[in-house]
Amino acid sequence: MKTMSNLFKNNIREYGMLIALVVIMIFFYFMTDGILMKPINITNLVLQNSYVIIMALGMLLIIVSGWIDLSVGSVAAFVGAIAGVMIVKWDWNWMLVMAICLVAGGLIGAWQGYWVAYLKIPAFIVTLAGMLVFRGLTLVMVRGEAIGPFPEGFRNISGGYIPDFFQNEGFHITTMVVGVLVSILLIIADIRTRRNQEKYGFEVTPSAFFVAKQVFLTLAVMGFCYLMASYKGIPNLLVIMFPLVAIYAFLTNQTVIGRRIYALGGNEKAARLSGVNTQRLLFLTFVNMGVLAALAGMVVASRLNSSTPNAGEGFELDVIAACFIGGASASGGIGTVIGAVVGAFFVGVMNNGMSLLGVGIDWQQSIKGFVLLAAVLFDLYNKNKSS
Amino acid sequence: MSDVILEMRNITKTFPGVKALDNVNFSVERGEIHALVGENGAGKSTLMKVLSGVYPYGTYEGEIYFEGQECKFHDISQSEEIGLVIIHQELALIPYLSITENLFLGNERAKNGIIDWNESISRTKELLEKVGLHEPPNTLITNMGVGKQQLVEIAKALAKKVKLLILDEPTASLNETDSEKLLELLLQLKSQGIASILISHKLSEVSKVADAITILRDGATIETLDTHKDVITEDRIIRGMVGRDMTHRFPPRESNIGEVIFEVKDWNAYHPLHENRKVSDNVNIHVRKGEVVGIAGLMGAGRTELAMSIFGRAYGTHINGKAYKHGKEIDISTINKAIANGIAYATEDRKAYGLILIEEIKDNITLANLEAISSSGVINEPKELTVTREYRDKLNIKCSSILQLALNLSGGNQQKVVLSKWLFANPDILILDEPTRGIDVGAKYEIYTIINRLASEGKGIIMISSELPEILGVCDRIYVMRDGKIVGEMPAKEASQEIVMKHIMFEQEATE
Repeated sequence: MKTMSNLFKNNIREYGMLIALVVIMIFFYFMTDGILMKPINITNLVLQNSYVIIMALGMLLIIVSGWIDLSVGSVAAFVGAIAGVMIVKWDWNWMLVMAICLVAGGLIGAWQGYWVAYLKIPAFIVTLAGMLVFRGLTLVMVRGEAIGPFPEGFRNISGGYIPDFFQNEGFHITTMVVGVLVSILLIIADIRTRRNQEKYGFEVTPSAFFVAKQVFLTLAVMGFCYLMASYKGIPNLLVIMFPLVAIYAFLTNQTVIGRRIYALGGNEKAARLSGVNTQRLLFLTFVNMGVLAALAGMVVASRLNSSTPNAGEGFELDVIAACFIGGASASGGIGTVIGAVVGAFFVGVMNNGMSLLGVGIDWQQSIKGFVLLAAVLFDLYNKNKSS
Repeated sequence: MSDVILEMRNITKTFPGVKALDNVNFSVERGEIHALVGENGAGKSTLMKVLSGVYPYGTYEGEIYFEGQECKFHDISQSEEIGLVIIHQELALIPYLSITENLFLGNERAKNGIIDWNESISRTKELLEKVGLHEPPNTLITNMGVGKQQLVEIAKALAKKVKLLILDEPTASLNETDSEKLLELLLQLKSQGIASILISHKLSEVSKVADAITILRDGATIETLDTHKDVITEDRIIRGMVGRDMTHRFPPRESNIGEVIFEVKDWNAYHPLHENRKVSDNVNIHVRKGEVVGIAGLMGAGRTELAMSIFGRAYGTHINGKAYKHGKEIDISTINKAIANGIAYATEDRKAYGLILIEEIKDNITLANLEAISSSGVINEPKELTVTREYRDKLNIKCSSILQLALNLSGGNQQKVVLSKWLFANPDILILDEPTRGIDVGAKYEIYTIINRLASEGKGIIMISSELPEILGVCDRIYVMRDGKIVGEMPAKEASQEIVMKHIMFEQEATE
């Protein structure tokens, strides 16, 4: 029994937010009489939060580096406006425009990163300025009106679903096949990690716990796929998002550049004296953020089917909240991609659940604020206990 | 005339594992200038911190009497209240406030919380007059030189009705004229009945102004010399400061010294903020294969600055000079190039500059050479674990697992992690800056053993240390640095603490 409680203690930090997410989902499931878990709502949940998740990937790297980016909402809106003008007004090919927009996002990131990394102006100030600058430029671009509608190809980025190769009416079999494949891949990856840990003599979680975890994960993946299959299947957006999350998780865990970002945030001076080019690295995290904000901006434009002057307002707060709720540390050096994604879903479920319950936007804001504070407090408590 | 203003009796202060002060007795008479001298780490600053209440009553043993009253200070404000003011080496002035605002900080001339500026300014003028500083009271501190700031500190002490002034290395960062002025002022204050305790490494000024000199060594009072009774030479003071026996604190070693592996010629560097202040002044040093070269000197002599300016220009501006490895000129203009050329620098401040405390031991060890455990940018984790375990065993890092955070290690083990990091980068030249600072005797011995092993493997080692016994016990050859210059060089065999100390202290003799 003692090992069980130890196990719980050791893992509470890692799984704490995941458990909280499950708890809050169960809570809203009952409060909304099950509407929360309806196939259509789950699909909506994914679509609605896609932009938060995409931007949280970049924001996490910036927060781990020890900084913050307040401009992402405005940058997303600005890039969305560029897309609107080019596709709708100038009638350019939407795929070409997407490429241009990603480059534009990178340039915006480079602009801000240059101020922060090379001129050493605090990111808080640079990106606060960016927030105003790019919001203003958005208004200039769209001249205060919504630009739309977009051609079908562009709309399908966020509105389309993967085709069903089995042509089954009412139930999307391909989705289930994908679900099975993903589950198998996850299990294989976990077993390999565990074998490696055993091989190098590390303490591993008891096999019962390990199996339970696999069962839980498989159930979650399959349940999720089942729900989506009952509606229209896997959205195209998920096909973009899932690999992105996987790539960033890999980048932060397994690569030299990821390791260096954590070192940079953990102790910049020590990292620099160990030969890490801290300035360039910080610069690149901002470029990366710009590209992801641009992608999110196009997703939003595609979803709204128009480029609007106030698109993306307040996104930065949801994105930053997602990272902190997911366990990132405001002083840098700590945070995980998976944590940020769980944090994003947490924020998403709260938004969605409260909207379903008819909670006004006023109370939604306040409640979200308290939850953010509670999450950081929880994290601090855990940190103090462990040290 | 024995009118004792301060008496400290049997002061003992222990830190975990170290006895910093051992039964120290120290007394100061009214209206005298009492110098307190001793090597770095002899316990001078600790004694003053006990006196001023930085270490509150109860954390030390012994008694303090001020004007006959026993004092039990709980914090610094209580000691200031009775007229005991300490001026630290790093000035405690707020740069963007004016002289007036600084003078009365925490002691504002105010009624009901509203500052009486007229009174403040007229008082400021009086006080500035006393210390001989002719500046408008609304001058910002940041616009004044260090010498004048020092005077403001003293004026601030006068504003608090000081009876005993403690100055910790007041002239360390002053030029000659400013130092001269400051000492003048101390003599003037003395004539007004204000006593001073002067902590200083500059023995010339100590013998010039002090009425009494107390020598501390290894946390104990060695002697108090009365400059009016006897003629006190600087040699006499030095003998008191270093007169300790060398015991078996260093592992034996056989030097096997080869050709010159690394050489720096005509090296100059300037302070990053004060661009006309030279921190390295025409330095020429070299190290041979298998040789351990020590750089001795006081804190602030420019040793760390020199090492960091060599290590990829990590410190300083307008750096010029040439570096050679195996006789060929090399480019070490960035940290990456320095590392690529086989140079490593292990910092004196491992917590701020050496380690990423919130990360695991393994991440710290591999950070400077991630290329070696990765292919096309992807880290090979099994390989990383294998090599970090190797270093854990080789350097005997005591930890529960290499996944433990660096934060939770003891000082000695943290230092071993820093060393592991640089050993894993596989350098030919290792610059070790105060490698044994703040670690216990046993761990020191282990570090020395590692240094010996590295030398026997044919690496060139440059060791900066403020502990003379350590320099003498570990090195083959010794450089002495003062004011950014190399002022002496000698084989360790021919050196003694007295000889090195002379080079460190005397300005005249050192123009070799």
